[in-house]
Amino acid sequence: MSRARVLNGRAGRRLVTAIPFVWLSVFFLAPFLIVFAISLSQSRYGVPPYEPLVQDGEILARLDNYVFLLADALYVTALINSLLIAATSAFICLLIGYPVALAIARAPQRWRAPLLLAVILPFWTSFLIRVYAWIGLLKSDGIINNALQAIGLTDAPIQLLQTSFAVHLGIVYSYLPFMILPLFAALERQDSGLLEAASDLGARPWRAFLSITLPLSMPGVIAGFLLVFIPAVGEFVIPELLGNSRTAMIGKVLWTEFFSNRDWPLASALAVTMLLLIVAPLAWLEHLRQRRGETRP
Amino acid sequence: MTASNPGHAEQASVSGDILDLQGVTRRFGDVTAVDSVDLTVRRGELFSLLGGSGCGKSTLLRMIAGLATPDSGRLFIDGQDMTNVPPYERPVNMVFQSYALFPHMTVTQNVAYGLRQEGMARGEREDRVHEVLRLVDMQDLAGRKPDQLSGGQRQRVALARGLAKRPRILLLDEPLGALDRKLRERTQFELVNLQEQIGTTFILVTHDQEEAMTMSDRIAIMRAGRIQQIGTPRQVYEYPNSRYVADFVGTANLLTGEVVANTDGIARIRIADTGTLVHVSAAAPVAPGDQVTAMVRPEKLRATADLNAVSGEANLLSGVVEDIAYLGDMSIYHVQVSGGPRIQVAQANRRHTGEAPVTWGDTIHLTWHPDDGVVLTA
Repeated sequence: MSRARVLNGRAGRRLVTAIPFVWLSVFFLAPFLIVFAISLSQSRYGVPPYEPLVQDGEILARLDNYVFLLADALYVTALINSLLIAATSAFICLLIGYPVALAIARAPQRWRAPLLLAVILPFWTSFLIRVYAWIGLLKSDGIINNALQAIGLTDAPIQLLQTSFAVHLGIVYSYLPFMILPLFAALERQDSGLLEAASDLGARPWRAFLSITLPLSMPGVIAGFLLVFIPAVGEFVIPELLGNSRTAMIGKVLWTEFFSNRDWPLASALAVTMLLLIVAPLAWLEHLRQRRGETRP
Repeated sequence: MTASNPGHAEQASVSGDILDLQGVTRRFGDVTAVDSVDLTVRRGELFSLLGGSGCGKSTLLRMIAGLATPDSGRLFIDGQDMTNVPPYERPVNMVFQSYALFPHMTVTQNVAYGLRQEGMARGEREDRVHEVLRLVDMQDLAGRKPDQLSGGQRQRVALARGLAKRPRILLLDEPLGALDRKLRERTQFELVNLQEQIGTTFILVTHDQEEAMTMSDRIAIMRAGRIQQIGTPRQVYEYPNSRYVADFVGTANLLTGEVVANTDGIARIRIADTGTLVHVSAAAPVAPGDQVTAMVRPEKLRATADLNAVSGEANLLSGVVEDIAYLGDMSIYHVQVSGGPRIQVAQANRRHTGEAPVTWGDTIHLTWHPDDGVVLTA
C-alpha cells in the first residue's frame, strides 16, 4: 500500500471516530461539566439561581452540597432506594425477558420479525399514557380490583396503587423490551450446532443450557441488565404516578430540588453523585473485561 | 458382546456388527431424505458414506448420532435398539463438520466436556484428556481457546473431544472439508493411522470420492436417500453395480448397447451409436437382447497411433484426439469416436514410449482387455 493511502486511511479513521467524539463532547461532556460546576456553587435568589463560581478573581468552589447530601438521610435513602428498585426490576426483567428472547430466537425464521415487532409495539404509544393506563388497572376501583371482587376472591379492594409493587411492576413493564432485544441478539447469533455437540457429548437439555447457551449469552445479559438498570435508577415518572413516599427515588428528589425548591447546586450535586454511582461499577466492569482480554496468549 | 439387553440383541441381525440399520427412513416434508436404508457396519471398520449433496448421507449420520429420529425403521448400536434413544444417552460421538467447539472453553475444557457429563472423577478425567490430546498431538495448546487455533488444530481438538468418551462409534461429518488440500491429504493418513491404533469404529461422511477411497475399509455410495452400492474401494471402483456409481467414483467411459452374446463370463456388446462390437466381463447375468452399458476406466485403455500394433485385439475403437490435459505424471486424452461416444484415456507419461507423441487432431486407436471392462445393467 502506498504511503498516501496509508495516510488517507488514517485520516479517514480519525474523521469517523471524530463524529461521535464531538457529539459526546458537545452534548454529554460539556453539559456534565456545567452541572458539575453548578454543584460546587451555592444557591441564591435570582437568575441564574446560583452564585458564580469565580468572583473578584477568587474561586468559590465548595463541596458543601455533597456534604449536605451525605448528611441528610432523605437523599441517601432515595439513592439506595433507587439503586435497589432499579436492580430488582432489572433482575425481574431478566427472569421474564430471557425465556421470551430465547423463544423468539428459537422460533422459525418467518416468525421472528413479527414476534420482535410485538415486543417493541408498546413504544408506538406514549410512555406516559401507558403508565397512566396502569393507574386505571391498579386503583381501588380499577379493573383488577373490580374483577377480583366480582369473582369473590376479595371483599374489599386491595391496595395495589401507590405501593412498591406498583413501582416495580411499572418499571418492569416499561423497560422489558430493552432487556429482550439485546438478549435476542445474543441468543440468535448462537450456533445451534453447539447445542447438538453438547447433546452428543452427553449433556441433557438443561445441562446444555446452563453450560453453553447461558454463558455464551452473558454479553446480552449484561447489556440488557444495564439498559434497564441505568434509566431505571433515574426514573421519575413511574414512582411519581404509581409509588408512594416510601418509594421515593432519586429522580423524584432531583425534580423536587430543581423545580420546587429551585436549589440548582444541590440538585446538581445529586445528579453528579447518581452518575458516579452508576458509572463507577461500569468502568470497573469494563476494566475487568479489558484485563481479561489482555491476558490472552 | 452386549448381554445387557438380550431381548433387543435377538432382533439385531448379526451380533458382530457394531451398527445395524433396518429400513431406516426419514422424510422432510415431501422429500424423502433417507429411504428405507439397510446397512450394517462391522466392529473396528472405517466406513464411509459417500454421495453428492442432498443424497441423505448427513441425515443418515445424524440419525446414528440421535440428532434426528427415523420416521420408520430400526437402528441398533452394538446390538441394542437405539432408535428412540436421545443423543445424550447413545454410546456414539460425533466430529461435526463445523467442529462446533465451545468458544468459551479452552481446549482442555472442550475435551473434558463429555467426561464431565458422565460424572467422571477429576483425576481420571485429567488423565483421559491428556491422553487424547497427546493422541492428536495437541497437548501443548491445551490452554488455548478455539479462536486462537488454526483450522487444522481445531479439527484435532474436535477429534479429541469426540474420542474422549471412548465411543463405540465415532461419527465424522466431512471432517476434512474445511482444510486446505495439502493439510487434507496429510490428515487423511493421520486419521487412518489413528483409527487403526485405537480400533474404534469410524463412520465418515464425505462428498469427496478420493477421500473415501483413500481412507475407507468399505464405502457406501448413496444417491437420493438410497444406498447404491456397498463395497471396498477396489470393489466399487473396479466393479461398480450401476452407471451412477461408475460415474461418481472416478471417471468412467460408458458405452451403451445391446448384448449380442454372453459366453464364459465375457459379454459381446454392439454399441448403439457406431455398431462396433466390444467385449467386456459380465459380472451380472446378461442375455442376448439386453440393453446394457459397457464401462471402461480411462487408465485401462491403451492408446496408439499405429494401427498395425493393435490388429487382432478384441476391443478396438478409433477416434480423433480433441482435447489433451497434461497433468505431469499423466495425460488425459479426449478422443471422439466418429459417430460415437467421446472417450477419455489416461496415459502415464513415461520418458520414452517408442511411439510418436500424440497431438490434437491425430487419429488414435484404443484397445483394452475384455477383463478390464464391466457390463452395467443399471
